Amino acid sequence: MKFGVLIFPGSNCEHDAYHAVRKVLGQPAEFIWHQSTDLRDCQAIIVPGGFSYGDYLRTGAIARFSPVMGAVRRFADRGGLVLGICNGFQILLETGLLPGAMLRNRGLKYVCQQVSIRVENVRIPFTALAREGDVWTIPIGHMEGNYTLDAESLRSLERNRQVVFRYCAADGEITAGANPNGSVANVAGICNARGNVLGMMPHPERASEPLLGSEDGVRLFQSMIRSRS
Amino acid sequence: MKAKVFVSLKKSVLDPQGKTIHHSLQNIGFGKITEVRQGKFFEIDFDSELTRKEVQAEVEKIARDVLTNPVIEEFSYRIE
Amino acid sequence: MQANLSMTAEVLEQHNLTQAEYDRILSILGRSPNLTELGIFSVMWSEHCSYKSSKLHLKRLPTRGPQVLQGPGENAGIIDIGDGYAVAFKIESHNHPSFVEPYQGAATGVGGILRDIFTMGARPIAAMNSLRFGPLDQPRNRQIMEGVVAGIAGYGNCFGVPTVGGEVVFGECYSQNPLVNAFALGLFRKDRIFYGKAAGIGNPVIYVGAKTGRDGIHGATMASAEFDEASESKRPNVQVGDPFLEKLLLEACLESMKTGAVVGIQDMGAAGLTCSTCEMGGRADTGIEIDLAKVPQREEGMTPYEIMLSESQERMLLVAERGREEEIVRIFRKWEIDAVAIGEVTGDGMLRILDRKAKVAEIPNRALTDEAPLYNRPVAAPTPTSPAPAPPGALSMDWGKLLECFLASPNLSSREWVYRQYDHMVRTNTVQFPGADAAVVRVKNTRKALAMSLDGNGRYCRQDPRVGAQLAVAESCRNLVCAGARPLAATNCLNMGNPEKPEIMWQMTQVVEGMAEACLALGTPITGGNVSLYNETLGEGIDPTPVIGMVGLIEPLSRLRSSWFVQEGHRVVLLGPLVGGARGYSSAVRHSLARLQPLRERGADVYSRWVSRLPCPPLDLDLEVRVQRACREGIESGLILSAHDCSDGGLAVALAEMGFSRDGAGTLGAEILLPRSDEVGEVLFAEYPSRILVTVAEGNLAALEKIAVLQGVPVTPLGQVVPDVLSVRSADSVVLERSVASLEETWRNCLGGFFADPL
Repeated sequence: MKFGVLIFPGSNCEHDAYHAVRKVLGQPAEFIWHQSTDLRDCQAIIVPGGFSYGDYLRTGAIARFSPVMGAVRRFADRGGLVLGICNGFQILLETGLLPGAMLRNRGLKYVCQQVSIRVENVRIPFTALAREGDVWTIPIGHMEGNYTLDAESLRSLERNRQVVFRYCAADGEITAGANPNGSVANVAGICNARGNVLGMMPHPERASEPLLGSEDGVRLFQSMIRSRS
Repeated sequence: MKAKVFVSLKKSVLDPQGKTIHHSLQNIGFGKITEVRQGKFFEIDFDSELTRKEVQAEVEKIARDVLTNPVIEEFSYRIE
Repeated sequence: MQANLSMTAEVLEQHNLTQAEYDRILSILGRSPNLTELGIFSVMWSEHCSYKSSKLHLKRLPTRGPQVLQGPGENAGIIDIGDGYAVAFKIESHNHPSFVEPYQGAATGVGGILRDIFTMGARPIAAMNSLRFGPLDQPRNRQIMEGVVAGIAGYGNCFGVPTVGGEVVFGECYSQNPLVNAFALGLFRKDRIFYGKAAGIGNPVIYVGAKTGRDGIHGATMASAEFDEASESKRPNVQVGDPFLEKLLLEACLESMKTGAVVGIQDMGAAGLTCSTCEMGGRADTGIEIDLAKVPQREEGMTPYEIMLSESQERMLLVAERGREEEIVRIFRKWEIDAVAIGEVTGDGMLRILDRKAKVAEIPNRALTDEAPLYNRPVAAPTPTSPAPAPPGALSMDWGKLLECFLASPNLSSREWVYRQYDHMVRTNTVQFPGADAAVVRVKNTRKALAMSLDGNGRYCRQDPRVGAQLAVAESCRNLVCAGARPLAATNCLNMGNPEKPEIMWQMTQVVEGMAEACLALGTPITGGNVSLYNETLGEGIDPTPVIGMVGLIEPLSRLRSSWFVQEGHRVVLLGPLVGGARGYSSAVRHSLARLQPLRERGADVYSRWVSRLPCPPLDLDLEVRVQRACREGIESGLILSAHDCSDGGLAVALAEMGFSRDGAGTLGAEILLPRSDEVGEVLFAEYPSRILVTVAEGNLAALEKIAVLQGVPVTPLGQVVPDVLSVRSADSVVLERSVASLEETWRNCLGGFFADPL
C-alpha cells in the first residue's frame, strides 16, 4: 500500500510517520507538500503530528486552508483512507472531516507520556487486525487533546460506533484517572461515519518498534495495509 | 480603519483555562467572582480605502471562517 | 561617517567599557569611534562574546582527541561517531534572561542552542537542560520554575526536538539567580559540515530568517539624552522566541546546504548582526561589507546602532557562492522566510557597515574577535576552614524514615512533573526515557546509539571547586557508562559570580584545573561550551556551578542498559568502595547524621539541609577510571543487566530508585545484607563517588567479581532482587524495611505537589 505523508509548515512528526510505514512496515511512501493538490496515487494519507503554522491561531486552523487539504477531502469522499495523528487529528477536525473540536488539556499543560487505550471498534480498516477490548500502550504528546462535542452529537457518535479508541487503565477499564487530558467520554480517537477517516491523539508511529517501548501501533498500520490488499 | 475582534469559548463549552484562573483568583483572595472566561483578542488594520461597511463585511467573514472554530467558539467585534 | 561624539565616562560605563579599553579602541581606529562603532566594540568585547576573563584559563582544558573533528571556537564542537557520521553538540547559558522573563528567557535559550547546532549542517536530534532554582517554598521560585519549564517545552516541542533529559537542582543561592543551561545535539554526515566562515572575496552575504526589531538592545546603554541617534529607545529588552519560524529556518537551511551553494553560515545569537559578521570574517581572514538599508526590519526608524546590536531571534547570516544566490533565495521563499543579500565578502579584513551607501562604521574584524582584550584577573584563595571534628561513635536512628525523608526532597524526587511537559519522544529515537542515569537516542540505520548526561554540583564546588568540578565530570561519565556507553567528549558551561573579585577568579581557576584533570583522566576532551559570569544579586554570588554535558556512544545498541532492576532473583552488586577515603568527610557525614535527630516531619527537605552542611567528598580519579572500566567490561561481556550510578542521596536512595516502576511495570525490592555493622548511616547515605550499583544473573556473580578484581576495583555482593520490599540487614538486625511502592509514591508526588495551584 502506498502511503502519502503530508508536510505543512510546522509539521514535525512527518519523518517519524514515514519511517514507520517505509522502514518498519516496508511499504512505499512519499511526502506530499502542503501546496500540492496531487496525491500521487497514494492509497492512504497520513496527516502527521506537529505544530502546523505554529498552532498560533488555533491547532490545525490554518492548515485546513492548504491546497492539499482540498485534495484530501476529495480523496476521503471517494473512500480513501485518511489517518490524522495528533496535530493531524486537529487538522481533520478543523477541516470538518471529523466532528467535534479540541480544547486545552484539563491540566493546562503539555503532556508527553505512555498511555493505555482500548480499541472500541474493530470493524473499520484501521483496526481490523485488533480485537475489541484490546489494550494498546502508546504515547501521547500534546497540549490540546481535550476532545469535546455537544451531548447530542456525542450520542450519535457513540451510536454509530465512531469512537475507535478510549483512554483506559492498564487493565482496560475506562476510568477518569486514566484520562490524561479531560476529553469527553475518554475519547482518544474517532472515525467518520463511513469509517475511512480516523483521527487520534496518541502516536502509533511512536509505538512501532520494541526499542521504543511498544509496537502496538504497528497493528494499526498493518490493518490499513490488509484492508486494501 | 481598525477592527477589534474578541473570540471566546461558547457558554456551553467548558473553559479549562478560565476555570483554573477563576479558582486561583479565589484562592488569592478575590472572592466575589462568579465566573471567568478567557479568550483571544485580535487587532486588524484595514486599508484606508475601504468603507466602514466593507470593513464590517470583511471582518465578519474573517472572524467566522478563520479566527473561530464554530464548534466551540463565538466572536464579537468593534470597528474603530 | 557621522561626527564623532565626545565620550564621557558615563557613556563608557553604559557600554561597560573601561577607560583602558576605550584607549585601545582609539589606537586601533586611529580616531574616535562614533556611537555605532562604540556599540559594536562594547558587545564584541563584552564578557559574553569575548570570554576576556576566562579565556586564558580555559586554554588549560584538553580539547583534542582522535574523535574530535571540531574543538572550541566554532558554533559547536563536533565528534566522529564512526561509519561516516558525526555529532555536533554544545551547552549554553541563558541565566539572566530567564530571571527577567522565565518563559521567554528559557525559550530563547533553547532556540539559540538549536541554531548553533543546525547552523553547522546537523539536524538537532536531542535537547537537554540543566536547571537550578531557589527553594520551592518561595512563590517567586515556583513562578520562575514554572515559566522556565513551560518555555523550554513551548519552544522545543514546537520545533520538534525531543527534550530527553537533564537535571533540576534547588539551592538557596539560586533564588535570585536561576541557572538555565540549554544543551542540544545534532547528527550529520561528517563530510557535510558547515562552518561560520565568510570565505571567497566577492561572495554575497545573505541575511535569512526573522526581521530585525529592537529586541534585546540594552536599554540602559541608550539612556543619555546627548545622543540624537539614541533618543527614542528605552524599550524593554526581552527577546521573544518564535519556534515555528525556527523550525522553518531549520528546514530551509538544511535544504539550502544540500545545493552546494552555501560557503559559510552562522547563527545571529548574542550581539546579532555584529557578532555574526565580524566572526565570520575573522575566521576566514576576510572583510565584510553590508548595507543596513537592505536588512529586513520589523520596526520603523531603526538606527544603525540598533540594527547592529539587535538580538532579534531566529536569524542567520549566510555566505553563498557568487552567482548562486537565487538558488538559495528560492529555497527560503518556499519555506516563506526572508532571504536578502545585504552585502559581500571583501579582501581588506574590515567590517564595513553602510546605511544607504553611506559609511556608518568601519572596524578591522580581528580587532573585534581575536584581538579583543584578555584579562588575567587577580586570584585569591579564601581562608581554609577548620578541620572536621573526630568521628562520633556508632549511631542508631530510623534509617527507613530517613530514606523516606530523602526521597521526599525536591532535590532527589522524581522529575516527572518537568519532563512530562517536554515532548521527549518526537523523532522516534528515544530509547531511554528521562529519569534514567543517561538519556539515550538511537541513530537510525546504524547499530549505534548516543548517550548523554548533564551534571553539575554547585554545593560541592563551593566547598572545593577543584574536586567539585572533577566530581561533576566523573559523574557525567559514570552516568554514560551505566547506560552501556563509551564516553567520547564533553561540553561545559561555567556558571560563576563576579570575576572582578579575586576569590571568584580563584574558583574559576580551580574549577578549570579540576575539570581538565578529570577530562584527561577519563579521556573526554572538551569540545566547546560557554561561560556565564556575574551571576550575583545584591553582592551575593551563586555557588560556582560548572555544568558538564557528556556525550558517549553505545555500539552495538544491544549494550544499552537501564538503571532499573530487571527481575527477581538477580544479584545486586556494588562496584567501587562501600565507604572510602578521607576521614574528614566520613566524620562530617556521621556528625551531621547525628544532628538530624530527631527527624523533622515531611516537607522540611531534610536532605537538602543535611547535604548543604557536608564537605565535598574525596575523589580518587584513578579508582574512578577503573570502576568505570570494570562496569563497561561487565556490560560488554553481557554480565551486567542493569547499572545505576550511586550519587545524590547515596546507596539507599540508589537502591530504592532501582526498584521503582518503569513505564507502568510494577515495583521491585531488594534484600540487602551490609557487610559492616558500625557504619550503617555512612554506608547508606554518604555520597562517596566512584560507585555503581549493578545487577547480574545469579550464576554470573563470580565472573563479574573476576573482572572487578582484575581492574583493582572493590566489589561487594549486597543481596538480591525481590518483590516489592526494600530491606537492609546489618549483622542480625533489620536496619531498614520499606515498601518500594510507598517509597515511590512519596518520591513521585513531591514536585507536582508544589504546583497544585497554577497562579
